[in-house]
Amino acid sequence: MSFINYASREINCKIVYYGPGLCGKTTNLQYIYQRTNPEIRGKMISLATETERTLFFDFLPLALGSIRGFKVRFHLYTVPGQVFYDASRKLILKGVDGVIFCADSQLARLEADCESLENLRFNLQEQGYDLDRLPHVVQYNKRDLPSIAPLHEMRALLNPRGAPDFEAVASAGRGVFDTLKAAARLVLIELKKGQGG
Amino acid sequence: MGASADLVLHEGEFRQIVAEVERLRREANAKVVFLVDKNGQLIAATGDDAGMDTTSLASLTAGNIAATGGLARLLGEKEFSILFHEGERDNLHISLVGDRVILVVIFDARTSLGLVRLRVRRSSENLERVFEEVQRTAGRARAAVGAGVADTASPFAEITEEDIDNLFR
Repeated sequence: MSFINYASREINCKIVYYGPGLCGKTTNLQYIYQRTNPEIRGKMISLATETERTLFFDFLPLALGSIRGFKVRFHLYTVPGQVFYDASRKLILKGVDGVIFCADSQLARLEADCESLENLRFNLQEQGYDLDRLPHVVQYNKRDLPSIAPLHEMRALLNPRGAPDFEAVASAGRGVFDTLKAAARLVLIELKKGQGG
Repeated sequence: MGASADLVLHEGEFRQIVAEVERLRREANAKVVFLVDKNGQLIAATGDDAGMDTTSLASLTAGNIAATGGLARLLGEKEFSILFHEGERDNLHISLVGDRVILVVIFDARTSLGLVRLRVRRSSENLERVFEEVQRTAGRARAAVGAGVADTASPFAEITEEDIDNLFR
């Protein structure tokens, strides 16, 4: 649900990073924060436990520039990935414009990836969204680690409908901006459709 | 697609909202008053907000309201519509306006919780009326787009691939 202010000529959109615990959602945001010009980004907020596990959400506002005289702002959120924080995940999905599903490529985490995707689908449905119709992008993270699942297998399991997808090593920045750009693009295209374009 | 429609504010509505928020700040003798969308987007801010990270404030306020709403539902309540946080210097009064926006008042010892609550109640009613009108306008606009008779060209209808690429240069 974007917020369009004709008076101040601003568009605000919300993108949520979703995925299983320790898949690298927060790492994506941290990399974006580090590599973005301070003029276009706000403060990054992390509501995390003492052991740096996300407790409620991370938040990073980005003011990317202007389109047709409107300032375009993206608010990036992550959800807490651990299974028992489901109530918090539901809250953060409210009003989402686009989702980035961040998967952990390690074979041992494939089942957690599938469960998280199922959880995403279910939580979206509860709020009247359909993942297949919502702008979304898939990121296969941690491609640098040993014992990772082959790409075709991950695609078959996590992206059967062929949404834009990217291999990534978020800790080194690989694939991070490609993923974000793809999601932002889909959100803006959806906005264009929604406005009768 | 989306579970709820986009929030679209036009010039006149925005001016009414800012005027009401400013009036509340004055009459409650508050330091700062914010209006935030339930999804964490800042709609309007008035008062001495220089040096304040209003974007973060908006996002955390919405998170706070969302978490409290979750607690309310667990207890079988519809929602807790007012939150109050007391600090050593500044206090925070957070309340829901309708089911869509959050009114945040930051105040100090120059006023009182009682006065803030009183003024918030009246302003909430006024703001609720404005947002009902915003929703009606949006409903009419959607119907016009659906029927193919939208009379005003949306600036977003013209977005090109190049515009999007330029954002990331």
